[in-house]
Amino acid sequence: MREDLQHAVKLARIELSAEEEERLGSQLGDILKYVDKLNELDVEGVEPTAHAVPLTNVLREDEPRESLSHEAAMRNAPKTSNGLFIVPKIVE
Amino acid sequence: MTYEAVIGLETHVQLRTRTKMWCGCANEYGAEANTNVCPVCIGLPGVLPVPNAEALRKTALAGMLLNCDVPSYAKWDRKNYFYPDNPKNYQLTQLDFPSTIEGFVEFEFGEGIERVRINRAHLEEDVGKSTHFSDYSGVDFNRAGVPLLEIVTEPDLTDADMAYDYLNALKAILEYGGVSDCNMEKGQVRCDVNISVRPIGQTELGEKVEIKNMNSFSGVRRAASYEIERQIGVLREGGTLVQETRRWDDAVGITESMRTKEDAHDYRYFPDPDLMPHTPSEEWIAEVRASVMELPLARKQRLMADYQLPASDAEVFVGDAALGDYFEVAAKGAKNPKAVANWVMNNLQAKLTETGGSTADLKFESSAIGELVRLVEDSKINSRIAQDVFSEMFESGKAPAVIVEEKGLSQVSDSAELEAFCNEAIEANPGPAQDFRNGKETALNFLKGQVMKASCGKANPQMVGELLKKILGS
Amino acid sequence: MPHTLTISQLTDKLAQGELSSREATQSCLDRIAAVDGQLNAFISHDPEDALAQADAADAALASGKSKPLLGVPIAMKDVIAVNGHPLNCASKILGDFNSPYDATVTEKLREAGAVIFGRVNMDEFAMGSSTENSAFGPARNPWNPDCIPGGSSGGSAVAVAADECIASLASDTGGSIRQPAALCGCVGLKPTYGRVSRYGLVAFASSLDQVGPLTKDVRDAATMLGVIAGEDKRDSTNVPEPVPDYIAALTGDVKGLKIGLPKEYQVEGLDPEVKAATEAAVAKLEKQGAEVKEISLPHTQYAIATYYIIATAEASTNLARFEGVRYGARVDGASPEEMNRATRGAGFGEEVKRRIILGTYVLSSGYYDAYYLRAQKVRTLIRQDFLNAFKEVDLIASPTTPTPAFKIGEKANDPLQMYLSDIFTISCNVAGLCGISIPCGFSVSGLPLGLQLLGKPFGEPDLLRAAHAYEQATEWHTKRPKIG
Repeated sequence: MREDLQHAVKLARIELSAEEEERLGSQLGDILKYVDKLNELDVEGVEPTAHAVPLTNVLREDEPRESLSHEAAMRNAPKTSNGLFIVPKIVE
Repeated sequence: MTYEAVIGLETHVQLRTRTKMWCGCANEYGAEANTNVCPVCIGLPGVLPVPNAEALRKTALAGMLLNCDVPSYAKWDRKNYFYPDNPKNYQLTQLDFPSTIEGFVEFEFGEGIERVRINRAHLEEDVGKSTHFSDYSGVDFNRAGVPLLEIVTEPDLTDADMAYDYLNALKAILEYGGVSDCNMEKGQVRCDVNISVRPIGQTELGEKVEIKNMNSFSGVRRAASYEIERQIGVLREGGTLVQETRRWDDAVGITESMRTKEDAHDYRYFPDPDLMPHTPSEEWIAEVRASVMELPLARKQRLMADYQLPASDAEVFVGDAALGDYFEVAAKGAKNPKAVANWVMNNLQAKLTETGGSTADLKFESSAIGELVRLVEDSKINSRIAQDVFSEMFESGKAPAVIVEEKGLSQVSDSAELEAFCNEAIEANPGPAQDFRNGKETALNFLKGQVMKASCGKANPQMVGELLKKILGS
Repeated sequence: MPHTLTISQLTDKLAQGELSSREATQSCLDRIAAVDGQLNAFISHDPEDALAQADAADAALASGKSKPLLGVPIAMKDVIAVNGHPLNCASKILGDFNSPYDATVTEKLREAGAVIFGRVNMDEFAMGSSTENSAFGPARNPWNPDCIPGGSSGGSAVAVAADECIASLASDTGGSIRQPAALCGCVGLKPTYGRVSRYGLVAFASSLDQVGPLTKDVRDAATMLGVIAGEDKRDSTNVPEPVPDYIAALTGDVKGLKIGLPKEYQVEGLDPEVKAATEAAVAKLEKQGAEVKEISLPHTQYAIATYYIIATAEASTNLARFEGVRYGARVDGASPEEMNRATRGAGFGEEVKRRIILGTYVLSSGYYDAYYLRAQKVRTLIRQDFLNAFKEVDLIASPTTPTPAFKIGEKANDPLQMYLSDIFTISCNVAGLCGISIPCGFSVSGLPLGLQLLGKPFGEPDLLRAAHAYEQATEWHTKRPKIG
């Protein structure tokens, strides 16, 4: 796999087998080549579209709503203890 | 060669709102772990954020208090990084169109006033809180999604003490504005410190070191001071500095390298597709601006200038804004505002503390203290009587002049009347009288006290002194 | 055989007391038992829960209540949250996740009285065009089980086409409702972006996703849209536009309606049978009184590239939350980072991995401007194309897919070829329009073909009107696969 794609794999935190890495590497290479098509266009001065609808100022008032029960919040957790979500030890 | 330090600060402050930034969970400290959580703030699949209007108002207000502009367009971006306390593994923040930009903070430093430019104060969300155990860590998401204001300075600070004083000034401003409680114990204020050093005279900046996640101002001062020394030391010894992130070890008092530029994060910022831009109208901005209050330093300076108060008095009225506001009303038209200030800071304050009341509960007119001061200045009553009049005012709400009139508390300044009191006192106390004649000046005070007692406190003390001296000296 | 009924037929019978919701629901359950072993449309379903809802609906009916979907069994795509039900997105990574909350559309279905049952199959996280990318095995086309049913909402289309449910709720990011509807011979409606709340729809690409129905006819699509559309304070991208009476739009009359045919849609690889069927359908509409004219959408050839950059970029961060901390099937590791890597490596299927990596790449330092920002700009151009076209016409007609359903496995190793098959459906999402696919014929091999109509933003009434008028004049929608 290309080095720049490997960087993306690392950022995405996805473990790949050697075989997957090879296959995905070549497929992604093809896709990237295909999307290079966009370089044919002159987009100078074109505004980017981030949203399909032109809404602004969608806000909510600062009013409390019921939270989830602790039980419901934790029930899908792989590992809990003392009301906390447990993860492997964080070392900076 | 001499070096100078260049410091910039990024300060994260939790906003004071009832609910979190994107959901209706309580923004509250100290609840049982993972009880103020809902599908939105623990990042369950399928949820969407909706911004808290109050957080945007408080951000704009904070910006105004920091002399920032409030642009007519702000948007939200995703900052992508994995961390167990980050429920979506992206943090919503404002990258290139923040809610407020380009301001400054002025604060007292040493003998003068310093100004630090503010690059921006933008809104983002807090993450959860991790607790570390011997072989695992645990995460509580009660804090996740709490609105967080990030205030970024320009690199205008030049030493550790200045950074410390700036932080205290910033805290005072944000507390003053009701933007944040800035409670350090509750972790409501956290700071990243950027430090570089350069030879004096050099214009370009040195390699920047970032010290992350400081949670006390004194820690910032100590860390900055250590780091400046360290960097200068490296350069003096001919070494080179690298751009890196360092951690402050408070127990040992040193900074240690965490990561260098090479393994810096690639945050992949991009506009959040779930959130629409905020385009505050002029009316909205005006409404927020209407709640802008005078800042601590400006207030102090104005109180000193307008009322000739000493700095210490002005600080009392900055620290207790309600008392300060009352002082300004009471001192309106007063010839001697300093005397009014004394009454407000001492007697009134004591009474309020005693009764647990506030200035809003006072029965007497706001002009009454000024009138009381005038009665003393005009020798209508003496200061001892004034204390009684004040107590009566506080109880009944009557005007000072009315109290003096009703209770016959006017000062006795009639010479004949006073002379009679003096003679009585001398006759009744031959010993002290003789002592004074023998040159013991303090004996006069005893006699004076007897006269005051006999006159029920109404005698003009100055005249009494003069009369006693005259009689005993003749 | 109540499971073969449409919503309107069933609600009539329920209202008249000819049938109970329990009978209708049981009929669907029996049908699933009979045919789903072959089709694999359902990932899971809970007969007891479904029947309990049906009984509640029967009680409400008995007390004279009337609601648009009262007692109607609706199957949910496995990407929409239903409180107390599993939510897997056809992925291994969610493990035994059980949703503690309802999506807004789920709430709306409940309020309308629907019997919400079953989790229907799909491409994992809605990424795919064939429902082959499911951790629960591929769904199969009821017209030919060797063929794909389309995707990503393949399970929804199969369940509707094979009468395993009365209707299904699904999602469409680049054609995921319309394409399987076309390939399975049912009706698929993608509403305008912002028309239906996305709260509780597991996000694939937030700026493109929209919830919509798969149904047996156009009237049912109008009924479903009327139920699920409307303002939701929990979705900032939801447009507070009033919801019109969509049933009232079904006048059967298309006189004066202007329909555009994009000249750029004569693409290479367009199957002659599909081409012919579309032309015949358009001719039919013209005969019914619609005005047909050629239009131009000059940036058509850039739509797929634009879509795959934007959709994967958004997906790469939307799917970052699946890392084993708060829910899902964790694979342990010595550090959080190792745990994340192992969990995601084992939990995501290959297409999802491919898209996450692509999306991460186009956002990463040094590539953002060249890919993501550029794609956002081209998105503007594509949107402009449509807004210009809609100045001249009310609707745009095209095939839904370039070919009929292909064989399972045929494109599995060539993702790019798979992406290219989305050519007609993708622009609708990129431009934020509404679109519908309706049956318009069969291939010689007996596979269904779909006609796609696109409408301007919030132009659903015109869209439904034309689709309904065409449907009234044809019988394609009444055909059923012989299965079971």
